[in-house]
Amino acid sequence: MLSLAAFAFLAPSVLAQAHSAPLSPTNIFSPDSTPAHSIFRLSIFELEVEGAIFVVVFSLLVYSVGKFRQRKHDDDSEPAQIYGSNQMELAWTVLPVLIVVVLFLTTAQVIHRVQDAKRPPGAIEVTVVGHQFWWEYRYTQYGFTTANELHVPVSDAERTTPTYLALLSADVDHSFWVPRLAGKTDLIPNHPNSMWIDPQEEGIFLGQCSQYCGTQHAKMLQRVYVQSRADFDRWVQEQKQPAVVDPSAAAGAALFIAKACFACHTIQGTMAHGVVGPDLTHVMSRDTIGSGAVPNTPENLRKWIRNPGTFKPGSLMPAQDLTDTELEQLAGYLQTLR
Amino acid sequence: MATQTLPPSAVPVAHKSGALRTILEWMGTADHKKIGLMYIVYAVLFLVVMGIEAILMRIQLAHANSTFLSPQVFNRLFTMHGTTGVFFVAMPILVGFGNYLVPLMIGARDMAFPRLNAFSFWVTAFSGFLLYGSFFAGGGFSQAGIAPDVGWFAYAPLTAPAFSPGHSTDYWTLSIMLAGVGSIAGAANMIATVIGMRCPGMTMSRLPLFAWMNLVMGGLILVTISPLTAAQLMLMGDRYLGSHFFDVAAGGSVVMWMHFFWIFGHPEVYVLIIPCFGFISEIVPVFSRKAMFGYPAMVAASVGIGFVSLGVWAHHMFTVGMPSYGNAFFVLTTMVVAVPTGIKIFNWLATMWGGKIRFDAPMLFCTGFLFQFLIAGLTGIMLATAPFDWQLGNSYFVVAHFHYVIVGGILFSIFAAFYYWFPKMTGRMLSETLGKWHFWVFLIGFHLTFDFLHIPGLLGMPRRVYTYDAGRGWETWNFIASIGTIFQVIGILIFVYNMIQAYIQGPVAGNDPWDAWTLEWATTSPPPEYNLARIPEVRSRRPLWDIKHPEDPDWKYE
Amino acid sequence: MSTNSAVLQSGEDAWGLPSRGKVGMISLIIAESAIFAIFVAAYIFYIGKSLSGPTPQILQIPILASICLWLSSVTMHWSVVALHKNKKSTFILFWLLTFVLGAIFLGATAREWHHLIVDEGFTIQTNLFGTTYYSLVGLHASHVTFGLIALFIVGLFGLAGKVTTEHSDRCEVIALYWHFVDAVWVVVFTVVYLLGR
Repeated sequence: MLSLAAFAFLAPSVLAQAHSAPLSPTNIFSPDSTPAHSIFRLSIFELEVEGAIFVVVFSLLVYSVGKFRQRKHDDDSEPAQIYGSNQMELAWTVLPVLIVVVLFLTTAQVIHRVQDAKRPPGAIEVTVVGHQFWWEYRYTQYGFTTANELHVPVSDAERTTPTYLALLSADVDHSFWVPRLAGKTDLIPNHPNSMWIDPQEEGIFLGQCSQYCGTQHAKMLQRVYVQSRADFDRWVQEQKQPAVVDPSAAAGAALFIAKACFACHTIQGTMAHGVVGPDLTHVMSRDTIGSGAVPNTPENLRKWIRNPGTFKPGSLMPAQDLTDTELEQLAGYLQTLR
Repeated sequence: MATQTLPPSAVPVAHKSGALRTILEWMGTADHKKIGLMYIVYAVLFLVVMGIEAILMRIQLAHANSTFLSPQVFNRLFTMHGTTGVFFVAMPILVGFGNYLVPLMIGARDMAFPRLNAFSFWVTAFSGFLLYGSFFAGGGFSQAGIAPDVGWFAYAPLTAPAFSPGHSTDYWTLSIMLAGVGSIAGAANMIATVIGMRCPGMTMSRLPLFAWMNLVMGGLILVTISPLTAAQLMLMGDRYLGSHFFDVAAGGSVVMWMHFFWIFGHPEVYVLIIPCFGFISEIVPVFSRKAMFGYPAMVAASVGIGFVSLGVWAHHMFTVGMPSYGNAFFVLTTMVVAVPTGIKIFNWLATMWGGKIRFDAPMLFCTGFLFQFLIAGLTGIMLATAPFDWQLGNSYFVVAHFHYVIVGGILFSIFAAFYYWFPKMTGRMLSETLGKWHFWVFLIGFHLTFDFLHIPGLLGMPRRVYTYDAGRGWETWNFIASIGTIFQVIGILIFVYNMIQAYIQGPVAGNDPWDAWTLEWATTSPPPEYNLARIPEVRSRRPLWDIKHPEDPDWKYE
Repeated sequence: MSTNSAVLQSGEDAWGLPSRGKVGMISLIIAESAIFAIFVAAYIFYIGKSLSGPTPQILQIPILASICLWLSSVTMHWSVVALHKNKKSTFILFWLLTFVLGAIFLGATAREWHHLIVDEGFTIQTNLFGTTYYSLVGLHASHVTFGLIALFIVGLFGLAGKVTTEHSDRCEVIALYWHFVDAVWVVVFTVVYLLGR
């Protein structure tokens, strides 16, 4: 029953993936947001210029190798010794300089367009805080915090709704990289950064941390859910609610406090206000646990709680010393937190 | 005054020495040739070690979600692989060739400071062993000990005690700091040698290009290693004296570490490539049977590269959040440095043009270098384009790019140098057949691995990941890249076998097997300890060409 | 390998190339300048950025000690000039005077630090200013110390009468180092005691 629900949850995302990018869901040449598009256009132009350079120089090399190799019937005389040519030096200095000027100016333009873009009214604002090894998303406009899965509204032609991300870090350096939406920007402690995206298609966009941040850098994965405005607003409303209180899970709720889970995690509406680990108020609304490490199934949930090292050795969440009953109750409680 | 004559071939003095005596002789030597050889052998040893580290990583990455290595071991491996490659393979091998060849090429009997030279070697050697001691501490060798796991650029605050408890980071810091002392001393030595010990008539404009490159390399080392030493002193202060250089809680800046590291890190890669330019500039003319085209331009370009390379460092920091004009500045300087680099490629092509090229092993590797360095330069320009770098930076595209330069460029030119100068150093010729096998097998392996590694980068794969998810489209390319290592291993094995068999039973080389033109070929192979019987007086850039072509000497045209 | 140096010298004198010792020392100076430049950059970057704790107002400008140090460059110069002219007693007099002036500078630094650490409780751990102040001034002081050691050793040989005009080139190499240390103090003094306050 629960696995069916999980599958139903996951199916749309799987379908969306297959539709969007056949080669890879993280292909930088499949842009779907203005910053990514700007970069894409610049990169194609540059590839064309460099392609031309390569063809010319490579041809010269191949020609030299073929035409000027020593033949068997050659005598021992040395070829004409040419020491240099000022005209040639000038030519192959001036031409590259011109190419550099062109490339530089086009590049500077794109840098300015992306980095110095004005924030329009109506932009969504999310503060992203990087942690070892998960992502915290604070929707300060709406007054809630979630983790690991970033939801944004689609930004189509009628209603451009970019999302501006403020990037902070709680510990070491991280980097936010969802290739189809934008280039990467680092999250550096004591050095706030910002970036923006305006995805033009609904779907799930994947990425992952791109600045080595420790043992589980490889599994600090990102999932960006681009939704219609209606779906997004509904999601916001759901996230703003305090945690579901299910009386049948009272034992588990008590365990959450007794086993000191509250020291690291927050569950809105309860005593738990820890900020070291992800906010779990609506943990069942997420497709994965461990920041993309494994799908959010009941079995994985239990394995994770018992020992996160099963999926993510080096994760900062310690293994929990629980009896089987306690594990069942705790997991059961978490499963009520939709 | 002194006529130019080839000195009589010196008969090496035979003396009985037991194994112990030989070892003590090598340990106590200040002879630049012995020191050079020790550097080279040391570097080749560590090349094998870092190759093993690479093979282990490529096995792990050949498949998605592999469990061949734990994340802790993998993270230590890539840190050690990068650190070893830069400091204990590339630097020593290039310093070794420089030490061996430059005094011979300039007609001197040794380096300016022979004992300082020995000191540089032993300090460098010790620091490498210090770093590798970390593999055996802590959890023991099977867990990769407490080898550093912070990446070869050791970003703060990952290196702070809070995030790197224990001594793993200290192994990195201390061993590199020590190696840096050896490098700076070696650089001062090389500069004093090239400036102060040239034979009569060898003005700076008649200096062999390899010697010029070592001069530029030395100058760069002086201003590039020191910032790293300074930053590492600051890091040690933070870790042990309670200073706050990179301590965020006290208001410190971790970006400052990045600036200081890359102020070192970028010119460092030019430190590595510039002597390789020297190899190419010595070998291509000899095998094309033509003088180097555009010698003054080559010197000017190299000096220019040296200077401009000091102003490009923040292209490693395009994603850090510098303001737009800051990013734009570094885009400009980085693209500008491509201009003198391109000039060099054109001059090498022009040297080949109209020549009678002999494609013996040294020239094969030079040709590989030219092709691969061209591509590496082009991918470098892509990375210089900041917005493109916002996608490509810190991804496998960067890994592919810099391995293209280091393996496809630097290592290929080092292979060329080996095939070219091995006869001079040992008196024996390497097998040309084995050399061709080495070249083609290694070429295939290199391209299988590093051509295809660009693709996962374009498809979103970040670097320094111990594993990756299936379904991102990365598996096929990673698998192919891993297969390529097999060919590279075979190529290296052929190479090592070639050196051993040649040393034992290779054909005698004689003074000048390649019909070359610089002074090292005017003495025996190997040279006697005093290098040349009589210090010559030269009149041109190619003293031996002048002797062999008295009707058409260079000094009439230069 | 003493035979090496004898053979080497004849080659270099033959056609007037720069002295190896001077080139070597200048190379070292360039490298050391780069190290100091990084510490100066850190100092300047962190001016005013300490979150708490003492500011540079706490420092007393070491005017006397600085004059002693800069004067020691003058005495060092006179000493080497005297040795070139084979005036051995003048040489040793000014050489030792250089040592004394340098030692006064170091002693003054030690006293300043003692006051800051013991009386004011201000250490390298206190804040960003403490970090950058002690590291920069300390780096310079360590270089003064190395210089004093070199001066001391040569001074001993000088007092024993063993230093002759043949060694004047080598003493000039040491002088170069000493002048460098003094020049660095110009920069450090300006940045720490003038700019930062």
